[in-house]
Amino acid sequence: MAIEVHNVSKHFGTFTALDDVSVRVDDGALMALLGPSGSGKSTLLRIIAGLETPDTGNVSIEGQDLTQAPARTRGVGFVFQHYAPFKHMTVHDNVAFGLTVRRAPKAEVNERVAELLRLVRLDGLAKRYPSQLSGGQLQRMALARALAPQPKVLLLDEPFGALDVQVRGELREWLRRLHEEIHVTTIFVTHDQEEAMDVAGQIVVMNGGRVEQTGTPHELYENPRNEFVMSFIGPVNRLGDALLRPHDIQILPYPDTSTVEALVRRVVHLGFEVRVELTLPDGRDIWAQVTRETAAELELAEGQILAARLPAPRVFA
Amino acid sequence: MASTARRLSLRFVALGYLLALLGAPVAMIFYRTFEHGLAPVWSAVTQPNAIHAFWLSVELVAIVVPLNTVFGIGMALLIERGRFRGRWLLGLLLDLPFAISPVVVGLALVLVYGRTGWFGNWLTAHSIQVIFSIPGMVLATAFVSLPFVARETVPVLHELGTDAEQAAATLGASAWQTFRRVTLPAIRWGVVYGVVLTTARALGEFGAVSIVSGRLEGQTQTLPLYVQDRFENFDTAGAYAAAVVLALLAFATLLGMNLLARRTHRDTVV
Repeated sequence: MAIEVHNVSKHFGTFTALDDVSVRVDDGALMALLGPSGSGKSTLLRIIAGLETPDTGNVSIEGQDLTQAPARTRGVGFVFQHYAPFKHMTVHDNVAFGLTVRRAPKAEVNERVAELLRLVRLDGLAKRYPSQLSGGQLQRMALARALAPQPKVLLLDEPFGALDVQVRGELREWLRRLHEEIHVTTIFVTHDQEEAMDVAGQIVVMNGGRVEQTGTPHELYENPRNEFVMSFIGPVNRLGDALLRPHDIQILPYPDTSTVEALVRRVVHLGFEVRVELTLPDGRDIWAQVTRETAAELELAEGQILAARLPAPRVFA
Repeated sequence: MASTARRLSLRFVALGYLLALLGAPVAMIFYRTFEHGLAPVWSAVTQPNAIHAFWLSVELVAIVVPLNTVFGIGMALLIERGRFRGRWLLGLLLDLPFAISPVVVGLALVLVYGRTGWFGNWLTAHSIQVIFSIPGMVLATAFVSLPFVARETVPVLHELGTDAEQAAATLGASAWQTFRRVTLPAIRWGVVYGVVLTTARALGEFGAVSIVSGRLEGQTQTLPLYVQDRFENFDTAGAYAAAVVLALLAFATLLGMNLLARRTHRDTVV
């Protein structure tokens, strides 16, 4: 087990950031801490890194209890949300920092830095200053810097949060590949469920300082343990206490015994996916997600009356 | 139209204020000093007492500025990064030298370290003379120029935030390595500016030093004290000449720091 967090609680004044949280991370895993802002995910990450101390509970890395150990002795690589570059140092010196503070021989430092800059595709930019890099490049520099001292675990706080959509997509893909290549146990924090499902093998869903559910993206999507997880992981329709997924709603040209009448209020084309907003006979509004092909076949248009087959809804106690 | 007129009049008032307050007096001093040519000025500033006063002022600055720089940076770190109750009290204490009149500072030092003061007997017994000698003058100068470095550094530290320092810690840097390699380079312009102000203040200090030094000619007379002494003895030529030296020293400090700042800046940040 690479990282074990046992019954950790943390308060900031009267605010409860973490309430009796336990998380286990397998060796070599790529895990996401997913939750809305204020759910405690960043605090948990900072506690693992030693940047915050828990009020109660303990943290061990590779079987060693490090709850009281200072950040610098934990062997943890940390990538900050805004990258925290050393602005007065070149890219090379930034990446070399973790090695030069350990007084590694110069030749060794240069070799390792060159290797890392190749890995993060920043070779050729070694002499630049952080102010001359784009957001994506800063991100990769921060990653190379964190990896330089060969950390036991890599922690990333909202790694893609400050980037524009295009770069974000590329970096996600790239982070996943990088992880396959170097296999260091990695935890990243995100509030974006799509990002978590795209990148991580394991997801810990957090809310209000507690862990709601842990599992693979598939498990969380198919078997959410509660309403929060279901509505946070993927889109939902709410019919009273019941929740149903928009893509589970079937739209048919002709009614049968298992369908209800539905009035098409609006049709939104989002590329491959088409979003159909419907009003049921009892006046309730829901929306369905269909493919482009289905929409074309049904010749969906506003004002049309169709048949909708609703899936068995989930009700959480 | 109205706004142009307003802008122009604002400019006029601002420049006029500056001219009346700073430009005219300084220009007048320079004019008076050099109105009979260079020779009398040269003979005035090469008087033994003038030379002694000059070096004494330089010596005081050389002792006080490093002391207050180290203290100021430490204090700024404590105020901005410390985690204890009553940090605001520390900030308040730090401003005390701004609030207290230098004359009062001088008197207070005499009360504590003078022959009849609290430590008077002990100091006399160990034949250490504080008042009417260099140690007392160092204390007085250090006190009045205490807040500058800390006051200039605190906002820069605040602006910097703690991310870079925490990053350094996770990369294995000790507290000293983090300070030396991450914090100090990031706050250096704040510190430099504080040092310039400290130097200028220490160089010009009059009130407190006037009291604790005893103003012994050729012994404990700093440059500002020398200027006053010449003035009181109707040696206006000597007073003006020394005043000009003092002003030039201050200019040189500002200019030197400015050049240094510009050069280093060009080297590191593009």
